[in-house]
Amino acid sequence: MTAEAAAEVQHPRRVEPRRRAGWIIVARKELADHLVSARFVILLLVLGAATIVPIYLATDAIRDVANRLTDTRGAFLLLFLLTQSDSPVPNVLTFVAIVAPLLGVAFAFDAINSERADGTLPRLLSQPIYRDDVINGKFAAGLAVIALVMFSVFAIISGFGMFRLGIVPSGDDIIRLVAWYAITVVWVGLWLALGLVLSVAMRRAANAALAGFGIWIAIAIFGSLVVGAIAGVLAPVASAGSLEEFLGLTGLSETIQRLLPLTLYQEASAVLLRPDVTTVTTPATIDQYEQLGQQIQGQYLAFDQSVLLIWPHVVALVAMTALCFAAAYVWFMRQEVRA
Amino acid sequence: MTTATRPSRRRRGGTSEAGNTASPIRTRALTKHYGARIAVDALDLEVRRGEIFGLLGQNGAGKTTTILMLLGLTEPSGGSSRVVGLDPARHPLEVKRKVGYLPDAVGFYGNMTGRENLRYTARLNGLGGADAEAHIDAVLAQVGLTDRADGRTDTYSRGMIQRLGIADALIKDPDVLILDEPTASIDPIGVIEILELLRRLVRERGMTVLLSSHLLDQVQTVCDRVGIFAHGRLIGVGTVAELAATFGDGAAHLEATFQPDAPDPGPALRAIDGITDAALDAGTGTWRIAVRPSGGSAAAREAIVETAARHGLRLTGLHELEPSLEDIYRAAVAGMSRGFAVDETIDERADEHADEHADEGADDRIDESVDARSEETSA
Repeated sequence: MTAEAAAEVQHPRRVEPRRRAGWIIVARKELADHLVSARFVILLLVLGAATIVPIYLATDAIRDVANRLTDTRGAFLLLFLLTQSDSPVPNVLTFVAIVAPLLGVAFAFDAINSERADGTLPRLLSQPIYRDDVINGKFAAGLAVIALVMFSVFAIISGFGMFRLGIVPSGDDIIRLVAWYAITVVWVGLWLALGLVLSVAMRRAANAALAGFGIWIAIAIFGSLVVGAIAGVLAPVASAGSLEEFLGLTGLSETIQRLLPLTLYQEASAVLLRPDVTTVTTPATIDQYEQLGQQIQGQYLAFDQSVLLIWPHVVALVAMTALCFAAAYVWFMRQEVRA
Repeated sequence: MTTATRPSRRRRGGTSEAGNTASPIRTRALTKHYGARIAVDALDLEVRRGEIFGLLGQNGAGKTTTILMLLGLTEPSGGSSRVVGLDPARHPLEVKRKVGYLPDAVGFYGNMTGRENLRYTARLNGLGGADAEAHIDAVLAQVGLTDRADGRTDTYSRGMIQRLGIADALIKDPDVLILDEPTASIDPIGVIEILELLRRLVRERGMTVLLSSHLLDQVQTVCDRVGIFAHGRLIGVGTVAELAATFGDGAAHLEATFQPDAPDPGPALRAIDGITDAALDAGTGTWRIAVRPSGGSAAAREAIVETAARHGLRLTGLHELEPSLEDIYRAAVAGMSRGFAVDETIDERADEHADEHADEGADDRIDESVDARSEETSA
């Protein structure tokens, strides 16, 4: 600390108009942090390596099926859906649906509370940015990382599939794959928003991580069991006396199961990846049921028809993500700067 | 010296004609409730341009809450404030652009270097490119962290973090610097360095500094004026001398040392006009002399030298004791808790020796705790 050093201070001219939005600066810093963090490397390796195994099995399964296929439409997408029938390894879709949420929680559970614990939050908020720039920037950075990781995983799968099978995806396949990629990012984004809520609500990052993983286990593993049980009580399909009643109860049961976002994501994914899936709901009336029975096997839906089929699912998933983020946002804005 | 040729943006003396109307920080009846608890109670505060103002008070007195309101980081429940001419509740961004803030227990991103942390702050302030880099180098040099600037901040000591915090607050080249407990949890030499740095900033850059502290004696040396804060209220404002006059016991205190083999100077000292008390501190061997009224201390010193010569007492030292902020603070808080209004004159209180009792009480408590500890170790 010398007087000379102090004297050399050159004040930069204040250039007022050239001011980047605060959230972009925050997001850039967070993104840089994520990309060099150990958790990014670990998660990328785990996800990447773990998708290779189901893909390997899937390619074998596809080779068996491919001989019998008369129409190769959607054959490439079977990569994500097939596994060997006697193998305990789930297919790629199940794998992504169950494991990818971890990614969302992992990149958000310590977003706000670690800033608080490290004493950086008051310093950050005393800079000339709006308070929501902080949380917006962190959410944007998290989404960017998720998009990047999922893109890498999808690229690995596609590349590996092309190499093993020699099937080149058609234009329709690529569009469907991109759509599935988009909805997967939203699905993981929901978990990112949930992690953000936890990071605002819980003062300790460790608690927030535990809570996040707890919720993940509850939904991924026990969720379908619990919702299935509830549906079983409210809509006892087995006790149906007539076909009419059976169809009604099945419809109700499906609606209840769709309260679980996991169900929404899996149904939406299945429709996007399989052009031959023409319905997500059990027909409500006997007429519709008969209509379904008359459908010609091997009928394929165009991409826009598939999207139309799952549009409610997409809207619901986006809405849930937005709601979750809104909760984190409002909570953070109302919180005192000081703990 | 390059200092003389460097064009200064604001000179401390240069703006004095603007007077109090240009006070960078001013509050009127500023109030903050947390539920039923009143954190800040109708605060009227004024910090003048180019001064170091110390906000003193115990933990929980409302200092940090006040600071957060001044920065627009907390909504006040009532009253108004003006910081650099703006209302921080309505224009927080403009205020934060011009006010540097060192939070209590400041922290940095441990996975980034000191320089990277400062670069992030610079970007948030809209600074970038070569200008910003030069500025970062300059503030790092100013706080003496150039050598360690490229080390990760999780390897920094607490004192270095604190200095980096000051550098961080200086990045935006602020008009006003607000420091919350800048000297807490720092070793004594670090404290001296930080206080010297603040003095230099005020002198060289014409900055206005508001700092809060509960470590009174540290702040005493650096503040131009202090405000004593207790239970959300400002119970006294002024220079240390002014506060001593308001809250002190109305006496000036001298300290005199005589050669040990000299005869007892007590009776001769007490005979001097204006000296109301003279007592030997057995521990240090110095005499503590009270002079009343405090204005007569110069005359009393002369008389002591004269008396010593006349009685053949070999006087080896004589100096006036600065009124301790600690004592003032204790007297002020004690006065408030007994329901005295702030502006009431102290004459009514002078004879109560309340502060002396408080002193004794405090000392007793310390003694007891020391005793208890020694018993523990012996047992």
